[in-house]
Amino acid sequence: MQQRTAAVERVFREEYGRLIASLVRRFGDIEIAEEAAGEALLAALEKWSESGVPPSPGGWLTITASNRAIDRIRRETRRDAKQQAALMLYDDTPHEPTGAVEDDRLRLIFTCCHPALAPEARVALTLRLLGGLTVAEIAQAFLVPETTMAQRITRAKKKISAANIPYRVPHAPDIPERLGGVLAVLFLVFNEGYLASGDGDPVRADLTGEAIRLARILRRLLPEEPEVTGLLALLVLIEARRAARVRHGQLVPLDEQDRAGWDRALITEGHDLVRTCLAINRPGRYQILAAINAVHTDSITASDTDWSQVVALYDQLTRLDPSPIVALNRAVAVAELDGPTVGLALVDRLPLTTYHAWHVARADLLRRLGRSTEAKAAYDAAIAATQNTAERAYLSRKRGELI
Amino acid sequence: MTHYLLTVHGPAERNEFGNYGSKEEMEEAFAATGAFNEQLRADGYWVFAGGLQPAATATVVDGQGDSPVMTDGPYLETKELIGGFWVIDAPDLDVALKLAADGSRACRGKVEVRPFDGLA
Repeated sequence: MQQRTAAVERVFREEYGRLIASLVRRFGDIEIAEEAAGEALLAALEKWSESGVPPSPGGWLTITASNRAIDRIRRETRRDAKQQAALMLYDDTPHEPTGAVEDDRLRLIFTCCHPALAPEARVALTLRLLGGLTVAEIAQAFLVPETTMAQRITRAKKKISAANIPYRVPHAPDIPERLGGVLAVLFLVFNEGYLASGDGDPVRADLTGEAIRLARILRRLLPEEPEVTGLLALLVLIEARRAARVRHGQLVPLDEQDRAGWDRALITEGHDLVRTCLAINRPGRYQILAAINAVHTDSITASDTDWSQVVALYDQLTRLDPSPIVALNRAVAVAELDGPTVGLALVDRLPLTTYHAWHVARADLLRRLGRSTEAKAAYDAAIAATQNTAERAYLSRKRGELI
Repeated sequence: MTHYLLTVHGPAERNEFGNYGSKEEMEEAFAATGAFNEQLRADGYWVFAGGLQPAATATVVDGQGDSPVMTDGPYLETKELIGGFWVIDAPDLDVALKLAADGSRACRGKVEVRPFDGLA
């Protein structure tokens, strides 16, 4: 019985984004969609526990949820505008998960990542409505109390409805501008999974997996956009190293990872995607980051890494995005090519004293230069600036090894 | 269609050229705003619009008590206040935001977009 329930819940989560998106398109209202989806889940738990999961669970959920939504609208017709309800009751689009349904999810991603919503609300809404994560799970991922996260999501949904934020893929000329917001949300979700900010699980495979799943959908829907392909390439090339990244509760840096533990299928996929980007020849931020990760995953050992290629790619990225964080990553690559003295000089002039990765980079370079006292202080600052248990464990070990 | 209030926010203190740096700048902004208003009418988004006198001309009235209490000056004592507004009728927020951007460029001020909860 419990196994059956778990199976139903798994199917429900897999189908959730599709279900909500199709209901939002049909009924034009997130609240109605969520409520109807919730009722369909209860119905599924009851029915499927006896008869098993049907062959097309998505279709079953869509029909059941639509019927519940129609019931609700019928009940409310007495006080609402009858005309509007009549419009909702009549639906001639197919219920089956076909091409049109994929478009529903694309529409909903653009709504969730609308620039009129606060950035933290965009991430939360995307995870809630398209990823099917519960409010409690999202609250946990972003280290805020559940009530705070619930308020944030409710407020965003209220704004979508009151301000009439459309469920629509933007017009072609606006897509590049709007797409940036969507890609940023997916990258944020992934990063939160890859290096969780709290002191819970150091790596959250559910979040990295969800970001990749949404990026794959986005790429199927917008195959002509090289930055979408670039983001997917970037995510799979980082994800490929996930299993080798934590050992005995400690973070393992790239040069110490057991490369046999990398996922070859994801690396092959990522390299293919990077080649597709190169052929399109319209470089962008995510494509360049993907290319950098392609270089890393291309070398058999860490010492084989083509650092001049990595630095050249960071130079290209700096021209697009001259931010101190890009400069920090470039400086780390320069240190591999021209030595730690040159790298440290670049790192030291960056205004990143509150960023844990800056302290990590300094600590490592100072250690390599034999400046132990300064290195220890830098490790202490890095440890203080992160809550991630695996990263703290790694940094503490490195600090302990210093004489 | 949704009705939106587009409010222009600018410094509470105005000089002889309103919020603008010079007479030329002020005249250019007025001309651009006039053209924007014409476009709103032509495209069918126009409901109502107007510019406001300086905030110092405002009076706050509290009529909740036995007799109304009057206070000279604006309700909020801030450095930036509403200088003018448009009421538009647009199909969705994307259209309203685009119009707000055009209006902001024309009048050279920041514009807040806020949906109406119905019109009386």
